[in-house]
Amino acid sequence: MDNSPLQALGAGARAMFPLIVGAIPFGIIFGTLAQGSGLSFGGAMAMSALVFAGSAQFIALGLLTTGSSGVLIVLTTLVVNLRHLLYAASLVPYLQSTSQLWKVAIGFLLTDEAFAVAIQRYGQPGYHTTDHWYYLGAALAMYINWQLCTWIGLTAGQLIPNAAAWGLDFAMVATFIGMVIPYLKTRPMMAAVGVTLVVAVLANGLPYNLGLLVASLTGVTTGLIADLAKPGTHAE
Amino acid sequence: MLNEWLLIGGMALVTFAIRYPLLALSGHIRLPEAMIRALAYVPPVVLTAIVTPAVLIPDGQTLWLHPGNPRLVGSLACTAVGLWRGNLLLTIVVGMGTFWLWQLILD
Repeated sequence: MDNSPLQALGAGARAMFPLIVGAIPFGIIFGTLAQGSGLSFGGAMAMSALVFAGSAQFIALGLLTTGSSGVLIVLTTLVVNLRHLLYAASLVPYLQSTSQLWKVAIGFLLTDEAFAVAIQRYGQPGYHTTDHWYYLGAALAMYINWQLCTWIGLTAGQLIPNAAAWGLDFAMVATFIGMVIPYLKTRPMMAAVGVTLVVAVLANGLPYNLGLLVASLTGVTTGLIADLAKPGTHAE
Repeated sequence: MLNEWLLIGGMALVTFAIRYPLLALSGHIRLPEAMIRALAYVPPVVLTAIVTPAVLIPDGQTLWLHPGNPRLVGSLACTAVGLWRGNLLLTIVVGMGTFWLWQLILD
């Protein structure tokens, strides 16, 4: 285990590397599409810098293009990001004696990717004082990359003809599948993921991306029931 | 065009208002044992819930369970490489390559 904050910071950033590779096309497409949706250059950069939530940013672009009201866009952002409540709840046990400054930083930089990487470190046995630095390294690497990619999309992206039609967004799908697979080691975990898959299809028609929440909650509940049904077995 | 700064401010505010409060309260709350066990399922479940519609319902309307769906074929390649090798970077590269190749073949 890395014992200095700086080592942990670097280890977090390195652990994030494959996920950053997967996020690069996503960020560039965001920048490329942003200007066509009516956002200004500064507005697109500010959205990446201040909101820092990939899927919500994409949905906002789509809604802007169709002329939706700002209130609807903000509400949709809220619903799409509700999954972060689950992430925050998962982090609670590891932040019991952490300063508010750390909690603000961890909260502001919370993403699917940073959470998925950091929770593995937090979940390792024993308490490590450098765990937050590891999270910070991972999350900051993601943050800096997202700003750079937005900028590249806003500038160079305009030169690539029809960049959005290349299916570059599939890189995020590939990344997320690669992140799910290592979890598929226990039966409750397989049941949870399998049920999520089916419910995600069935609930897809719900408005405001609510299907994502319905599928997630059903999957987690399935996992818990399967877990409790087999005493002595744990998710890890 | 609505005021984009108001929009960005609103989006930033609601996003932070979801991410931060539970963290702020940690230290004052203790989660029940069953909830902690349930939360272990959060990472793979949420990622699956994000990915599934993007792969199987790419147009947002119709289920596309057919070899003509490059996202489906690419995802199967990801799954195969991930299970076989467990290397994330390799999974992404092979999945992306298969996806593009399949698109090219079908064109």
